[in-house]
Amino acid sequence: MSYVKLTTSALAIAALSATAAAARDNVQVAGSSTVLPYASIVAEAFGENTDFPTPVVESGGSSAGLKRFCEGVGENTIDIANASRQIREKEIKACAENGVTDIVEVRIGYDGIVFASQQTGPAFNAFVPADIFNAIGAQVLVDGAIVENPHQTWADFNGDLPAVELAMFSPGTKHGTREVFEDKVLLEGCEATGAMEAMMASGMSEDDAEDASLDVRQDGKSVDIDGDYTETLARIDANPNGIGVFGLAFYENNQDKLKVATMSGIAPSTETIATGEYPVSRPLFFYVKKAHIGVIPGLKEFAMFFVSDELAGPTGPLANYGLVSDPELDQVQAIVANEKTLGEGM
Amino acid sequence: MSDASLQSPSAAPARKGSLHRQDERTRKRNAAEARFRGYGIAAIAVGVFFLVVLAFSIIRSGVPAFTHTVLDVEITLTQQQFDEAEAQLFKTKAYAGYFNATLTAELERRGISVPFDEAAIERLAGKVGGTLREFYRANPDQLGQPVTFELPASSRVDGYFNGRVSRDTLQESRFLMLADLDLVDALSEAGIIHGTFNWNFITGADSGVDNPGGAGIGASVVGSFFMMLVVLFLSLPIGVAASIYLEEFAPQNRFTDLIEVNISNLAAVPSIVFGILGLAVFIQFAHLPQSAPLVGGLVLTLMTLPTIIISTRASLKAVPPSIRDAALGVGASKMQAVFHHVLPLAMPGILTGTIIGLAQALGETAPLLLIGMVGFVARGYPDGFIAGFTEPNSAMPAQIYTWAARADASFYDKAWGGIIILLIFLLTMNIIAIILRRRFERRW
Repeated sequence: MSYVKLTTSALAIAALSATAAAARDNVQVAGSSTVLPYASIVAEAFGENTDFPTPVVESGGSSAGLKRFCEGVGENTIDIANASRQIREKEIKACAENGVTDIVEVRIGYDGIVFASQQTGPAFNAFVPADIFNAIGAQVLVDGAIVENPHQTWADFNGDLPAVELAMFSPGTKHGTREVFEDKVLLEGCEATGAMEAMMASGMSEDDAEDASLDVRQDGKSVDIDGDYTETLARIDANPNGIGVFGLAFYENNQDKLKVATMSGIAPSTETIATGEYPVSRPLFFYVKKAHIGVIPGLKEFAMFFVSDELAGPTGPLANYGLVSDPELDQVQAIVANEKTLGEGM
Repeated sequence: MSDASLQSPSAAPARKGSLHRQDERTRKRNAAEARFRGYGIAAIAVGVFFLVVLAFSIIRSGVPAFTHTVLDVEITLTQQQFDEAEAQLFKTKAYAGYFNATLTAELERRGISVPFDEAAIERLAGKVGGTLREFYRANPDQLGQPVTFELPASSRVDGYFNGRVSRDTLQESRFLMLADLDLVDALSEAGIIHGTFNWNFITGADSGVDNPGGAGIGASVVGSFFMMLVVLFLSLPIGVAASIYLEEFAPQNRFTDLIEVNISNLAAVPSIVFGILGLAVFIQFAHLPQSAPLVGGLVLTLMTLPTIIISTRASLKAVPPSIRDAALGVGASKMQAVFHHVLPLAMPGILTGTIIGLAQALGETAPLLLIGMVGFVARGYPDGFIAGFTEPNSAMPAQIYTWAARADASFYDKAWGGIIILLIFLLTMNIIAIILRRRFERRW
């Protein structure tokens, strides 16, 4: 059996010596699947335009990315976390506990959240946030009383909408998109329908009423999608009455399959989102571990390249793909250039 | 046979009629048999039907990935233009600008009848800047000389050529206008734009989401290759040593029973569990590099080991005891009996098991999710043999998974194309396994 031992030990030694010699020379990124396309565009261009190796960008969702980001400092942790929402206090604390204290927050632009249905299905052209809440809220206001959601078709609560069965595919809780969906659609819808007031009138505290407004019905009319937008697209493809929640860029790339619904009368586009007319949009971020700047080659250069006018500006490839560029991009550039961390007056 | 004789062997009553005429029970039994044959054939037919449907849909969806649409353009770049582009931050965009200007001038010179503007040219062309920059940096002597390039068209034009985009269903957008298709037709007539075999898909690396034309599976094939090397050179010796010991040397007691049960259990563990283990042990504890084929290979080794141990033990068991007895009888030691006589005879079975285990590992995505091999990993080919193990790379199934999740429908074709390549590898490995078995297997 000696030759077996010999080969195994030789291989083990070779593997160990190889890893000891190889310090990481590439930037490692993980996080939001909404930011992933933009990050991959920048990563490819970064590899083509500089002498640094192409960064590795992983997906997995904002929360998962920030969790890995906060695991600690060192070569075996990621350098940048992409997020489609702002970092939470809880996450900053978790980071600090693991020694990740200096975090640079970089806002790369805005993304619109669009509601879209099958290209050949019925048109949804009179949406307001209240309709979405009426469709999928667990408890809604009917004739002045809070009841378990009884609605079966869209026309049940808004005569301007088609009388087809409700089928809503919304982002699951591990998506950063979920938070915007809750804040800007469900909560506002709850307030707009008067359900919020009725809940508080029935003795609920404001916090409880807010939590209750975010509960969605569990009878199969609303489905949470934890996967990528392609999964939502597949569900919409299979259901002519289904309405899905997408990012603007994804919708624009699949216009031949998807028909967009207007929200409060405004069709989503980079222009209406930039001016703030279209109500459901959110900023996109990435977070840089300051301790890694100067240790991982190309990290700061990558961040600077990402937010440069040429890439993230209104005529750059990111805007062409569907990102709504940040009107205050110069301030973001200054933050990256000065490596200004969270808490240093951001 | 008739069952009348079985019922009453001694006192056979006088049979009415001929043996050739079947009685009621025989007919029933024969009918049952015929029915069962029918079920069997139906089951096979259903299986074959699904296989044909699957193969057909894979090939139909995957073939477009192997062709792409290119623009033939002759470009002359001056030293001054080169210096200006290199002085910018976003250099490849400057190169793309030169390409668009050249193509516009060329169309004007040829007097193309369809009206067009520079924005339309931009929509037609794929991402060309990277290719141009790479060429001129490698061949500075070509500056000032006319060079003919074959550069990819945009994914929408590509879709128009292979039928994914049609005039009827096209929704005008900033990616493609209806008028652009007239221009494409005119260019096609002039011979500037044409379809060709997409070598880049077979040899290239992954590309950004706005550049489906540049995506290739080559780099991830290399990544898979290095992972399989790790799996082969770790799991074969360890697996064979473990099973020889358990089968030939180990005493039969509770402890070895426990080990045996656990090996069978390990074979049934979902592969994602090995991914979590790999993340915790190899990356967070042992500090091995992320996204590296080395770690991927180690994780897949854990997954393949039980398969190899089980098949090796089965083929060791299949060697008749008379071989061992004869060897021991002429004075061989136990080890000599195993290594000189039993192991060579068991080798075809061991190799078959190993190859099937490797094929299984080759198609595995779940464990790779957690160790950073799924995502955008576009490093191209590794710099050397050792770097092949440690530099970030993707693997074939991970690459397919990544493509399938992208917004641009063109990547969906690439995913199917990737599946074809992956299946070719798997089929080849299985055929090798079958040939080895047929050639060397001994039957007793």
